[in-house]
Amino acid sequence: MNMIQAINSAMDVMMARDPNVVVMGEDVGYFGGVFRATAGLQAKYGKTRAFDTPITEIGIIGVAIGMGAYGLRPVPEIQFADYIYPALDQLVSEAARLRYRSAADFIAPITVRSPYGGGIFGGQTHSQSPEGIFTHVSGIKTVIPSTPYDAKGLLIAAIEDNDPVLFLEPKRIYNGPFDGHYDRPSKNWSAHPAGEVPEGHYRVELGKAATVRAGEAVTILCYGTMVHVVASTIEELGVDAEIIDLRTLVPLDIEAVEQSVRKTGRCLIVHEATRTGGFGAELSALVQERCFYHLEAPIERVTGFDTPYPHSLEWAYFPGPVRIGEALKKLLKD
Amino acid sequence: MDASRANLPPLSLHVPEPRFRPGDEADFSDVEVPPAGSARRPDTAEPAANFHELAYTLVRVLDESGEAVGPWNPRLDPDALRKMLRSMAMVRAFDERMFRAQRQGKTSFYMKSTGEEAVSVAATMALASDDMCFPSYRQQGILITRGYPLVTMMNQIYSNKGDPLQGRQLPIMYSAKDHGFFSISGNLATQYPQAVGWAMASAAKGDTRIAATWCGEGSTAEGDFHSALTFATVYKAPVILNVVNNQWAISSFSGFAGAEATTFAARAVGYGIAGLRVDGNDALAVYAATQWAAERARTNQGPTLIEHFTYRAEGHSTSDDPTAYRSAGEPNAWPLGDPIRRLKDHLIALGEWDEERHAAQDLELAEDVKRAQKEAEKNGILGHGLHQPFETMFEGVFEEMPWHLKEQSEQMIAERKAAGI
Repeated sequence: MNMIQAINSAMDVMMARDPNVVVMGEDVGYFGGVFRATAGLQAKYGKTRAFDTPITEIGIIGVAIGMGAYGLRPVPEIQFADYIYPALDQLVSEAARLRYRSAADFIAPITVRSPYGGGIFGGQTHSQSPEGIFTHVSGIKTVIPSTPYDAKGLLIAAIEDNDPVLFLEPKRIYNGPFDGHYDRPSKNWSAHPAGEVPEGHYRVELGKAATVRAGEAVTILCYGTMVHVVASTIEELGVDAEIIDLRTLVPLDIEAVEQSVRKTGRCLIVHEATRTGGFGAELSALVQERCFYHLEAPIERVTGFDTPYPHSLEWAYFPGPVRIGEALKKLLKD
Repeated sequence: MDASRANLPPLSLHVPEPRFRPGDEADFSDVEVPPAGSARRPDTAEPAANFHELAYTLVRVLDESGEAVGPWNPRLDPDALRKMLRSMAMVRAFDERMFRAQRQGKTSFYMKSTGEEAVSVAATMALASDDMCFPSYRQQGILITRGYPLVTMMNQIYSNKGDPLQGRQLPIMYSAKDHGFFSISGNLATQYPQAVGWAMASAAKGDTRIAATWCGEGSTAEGDFHSALTFATVYKAPVILNVVNNQWAISSFSGFAGAEATTFAARAVGYGIAGLRVDGNDALAVYAATQWAAERARTNQGPTLIEHFTYRAEGHSTSDDPTAYRSAGEPNAWPLGDPIRRLKDHLIALGEWDEERHAAQDLELAEDVKRAQKEAEKNGILGHGLHQPFETMFEGVFEEMPWHLKEQSEQMIAERKAAGI
């Protein structure tokens, strides 16, 4: 399966298992979503389980919270993560705090799916990576898959989770892994081992990172599209890096991070999101606090620049092989 | 300036201004108050397009002499009327006592609902006990009408060791799922789309329960209000959308929410929702309108928006001084009077009540509240040691506590120990 099919399969599995699971959002019903992630669900489960909504992100999330309070398990979609901001108040002030403020009298077991990230000439409002806004909010979990296998398993775990989960889908790798070389032909998931996706129910537990590649020279912390860009880049450069795909940003798999950095003594953090106040800053602080005496070089971050996401200059902005290579040179120079 | 427009007068910006400021004499004689009984009562299945007139008038039942008149008279029996009166009087007694408790430093904050007791009490009586309410912070009457313990309300206000919300929430931000009372948020109007979602879920599941929500007229300006009305109309959600127009949003008069141009009930017209404008100080009108809207929702005819035309008789909160922005004479000049007095006069006119019984009831309620207060204060008042254990601060952020919160909890305990506290 590609990642879209895996995500579709996760919702299909959960809708079949749990009559309280409903999917909703702009264009998700009859049409099956602008990325086809909800294709076939309305035909299979009916209009009260998979339905189109008005174009109002406040409403989509607010209504989902109300449905959750009733006892449903809504999976609302925000068409692009760039358009999640109108719903910020409902997510930050309501979904994230409902359990806490009501002492678990009410909960918000909702999973907000949203395509995110760049590398597709999406310009300013179809490329953003807003995860850092949400990792800063207590009470919400943030999950980002990097393969079809993980996407399905993590999405099932997210839907089954009783806490609100923001599930960000790296749209650049919906159809195939991306090595950062935009000028080469794109690959598809059928050639990748994680493109093997079981048909039925399985979970990839939230809060657990994956070691994508074991190595000794440096730890690279990354997630989403960047996992593949990093993997391809270090193969090209011949660097014996350990690649950790965080998969869940909150709660973070701190043990995996600590163990790896203590072993390698060096740490590179890579994300597409802008640098200042990004999740990389939190990762860097945690590594510095917990692995200080094991560090042999300053922690490096390769991130999007602190600018809005540019259209024509995308490949200068994107943290691709050139930028990762330069950072590794710096990190490994002595 | 463009030379071709030189002969036009300059544009001017209209900034609304309330009619009376401190020092002015309040005079509401030009507020249109249609006679009780004059508004028609449509069938609950009538199409939303037919509600234009009802969105601009006032549904009123109690006339000047305390008689219940017209097609909206809900014809409640005297016991129900007495229960309604009692609950409203209890809300006022509770408010008085808790306002004073804040002034005595026993809690940080309180908000009264004086003059608006009918809006919550009468509406709640017209709902089924398992219909879900999504209130704002000024519908404490819902809890009192549904028999929620006063002591528990006070425990929440005092943030003491008996507080069901474990001292996490600002006073009056109650939550009581088993009483059909959704957790109150400080963020205005967020409950509006949530109520619609709850109602949609109830409909999707083939349930028979409906939802009701309340916001102030000031909060109708929030985007959530628009989103909620759009969702409610699109899916014909079984929900009652109450707008409590008490004329004031803290210091901003209703003109800043658009009241100079239209009514709040009229907003419903553009969404294709049935809209009713009701005398919010007439408990029987509030009851009748809610009962009507509940029947409409329960028979799959969709949502109703009810504007309750009332007046916020007191300050916005214990942190507010209304004499700084409005005429001190306004509450008394308000043409729709006091909801408790009007219902009392009605019961007296029916021969089912008298001044002596009313005075005795007021005393009795004051005693009940006092007794509850004593009971609650055994669990502590704000800042006097009888709070929840410190580590509960970290619980309930997530269903299971993640490592970083466990670490922070341990850190807090260690810090306090190191400091010898």
